[in-house]
Amino acid sequence: MHNATIQSLSADLAAGKLSSVELTQHFLNRIKALSSRFNCFITINEEASLKQAGAADRMRSAGKAQPLTGIPVALKDIFCAKGWLTTCGSKMLSNFVSPYDAHVVERLDAAGAVNIGKTNMDEFAMGSSNETSCYGPVRNPWDVQSVPGGSSGGSAAAVAARLAAGATGTDTGGSIRQPAALSGICGLKPTYGVVSRYGMIAFASSLDQGGPLARSAADLALLLNVMAGHDPRDSTSLERQREDYTRELGRPIKGMKIGLPKEFFAKGAAPSVVKAVEAAVAEYRRAGCETVEVSLPNMKLSVPVYYVLAPAEASSNLARYDGVRYGYRAPDYSDLTDLYKKTRAQGFGDEVKRRILIGTYVLSHGYYDAYYIQAQKVRRLIARDFAEAFKRCDVIMGPTSPTTAFRLGEKMDDPVQMYLNDIYTIPANLAGLPGMSIPCGFDDQGLPVGLQIIGDYFSEARMLGAAHQYQLATDWHQRMPPGIQ
Amino acid sequence: MALTLDDVKRVAHLARIAIDEDQARAALSQINDVFRLIAEMQAVDTRGVEPMSHAQDLVQRLRPDAVTEGDQHALFQSVAPHVEGALYLVPKVIE
Repeated sequence: MHNATIQSLSADLAAGKLSSVELTQHFLNRIKALSSRFNCFITINEEASLKQAGAADRMRSAGKAQPLTGIPVALKDIFCAKGWLTTCGSKMLSNFVSPYDAHVVERLDAAGAVNIGKTNMDEFAMGSSNETSCYGPVRNPWDVQSVPGGSSGGSAAAVAARLAAGATGTDTGGSIRQPAALSGICGLKPTYGVVSRYGMIAFASSLDQGGPLARSAADLALLLNVMAGHDPRDSTSLERQREDYTRELGRPIKGMKIGLPKEFFAKGAAPSVVKAVEAAVAEYRRAGCETVEVSLPNMKLSVPVYYVLAPAEASSNLARYDGVRYGYRAPDYSDLTDLYKKTRAQGFGDEVKRRILIGTYVLSHGYYDAYYIQAQKVRRLIARDFAEAFKRCDVIMGPTSPTTAFRLGEKMDDPVQMYLNDIYTIPANLAGLPGMSIPCGFDDQGLPVGLQIIGDYFSEARMLGAAHQYQLATDWHQRMPPGIQ
Repeated sequence: MALTLDDVKRVAHLARIAIDEDQARAALSQINDVFRLIAEMQAVDTRGVEPMSHAQDLVQRLRPDAVTEGDQHALFQSVAPHVEGALYLVPKVIE
């Protein structure tokens, strides 16, 4: 049951083979038995989940069922859910019961999906390994001594361990795609503006994007159909015609032009990663696709650009955490300034504080032009590189991450080492382009490798089609972590 | 561009984060590592390039100047650390 895709669970529910309540209880039992091994959930609320499952069953009897009705979906703890603790992996919000639903949560609820629990994540989405959470690190279901990736590590681990049929995540510099790659599952970051950020706790507003994690491209499409859509409460939410992201799953890929950026295949990625990605590309060639070398000459600047822009935006977004209206408040303080300073010193973890300090500095008087504006200009150069590349290809492919899952604690002493993990994922965030990761093999230790597919703006349906066709011919996405039945 | 200990303390004050001498020192070395990374970007010739904050050429959407929200202060203040009479309580600022 738990190894079934959303697509097949949806069919089983429609055929009356099982009820949403039964399915939800099954996942809740699995979570009780296995979740602590990976530490992927922060909050479970059995009563609330089962209540939603009951409502889903009633929706079905009333003839109003939709594809996601009754499907247990885990929510990254960055999405505000009314009545649920919403912590963002931080002490700062460890007592915050959200009084409202994020747009994404409202849409999943309206579709009849069941919130199976709130997943662990890097604090305020800042991290690439899910080690900065105040709730402890998440462990990779493929190797519990290794990281699942981050910041949506809890969501990725939950899906990989079959503790949820699908999950939501957010991706600012790779936080859906990289954990999907390291945890052997599928994840997609849509074009910027496609998924509303209302109720999605803000990290870097010009980069953040919510998206789905699941075990197949077809499942990602089903989740994206519900998550995407205009929301007037998010000023960057795009007003566009509704799309059915499943519509190109069956589209033949023969003749599709795949751009392979030479910078993605230069020195830097582990040999085992390159080998698996090249094998995937060979599979696409066998299916009749054409490959063409493209270049993204400014790609190597994406990490420094990101580590100016994201901390700058974060310093602004996290200014709201002041102990006054919600969240943590320091127990002792002498005056208002002391209240702010102690609340923020105690409530935030080290990585968050580090990024706020960097961000505050680059925005401060005398440095704004040299850092922030310069970064925005280089950002345009990076976006232009992609525009040029897409003149010569339909999709771009390459590794999602330079390595497979690394050991817990391995990169915690050197932030810059950690930041360089994001080298292949950051460019799509800077340009606002859609990107996804699907499993394409394993390294010698049996750790998953992810293939990244980057598309032009609004080409998610085509990317999902390309991924789906690959998944019809291969079975990497169906592999189960050892010890998970 | 290397930061000094004073820079770290000044910026911590701007960001309203309490930081002691030891923490400032530890933060300094890690922050300077990040600034070494950032230096590569500084060197790029961007004359004539427009800064990019958004992929699509969007304009701020406007809406009619009409009241659309209701009073939910009881709900929103249910999660506040210290509230009295619908006011958020903080230490006195004015002497």
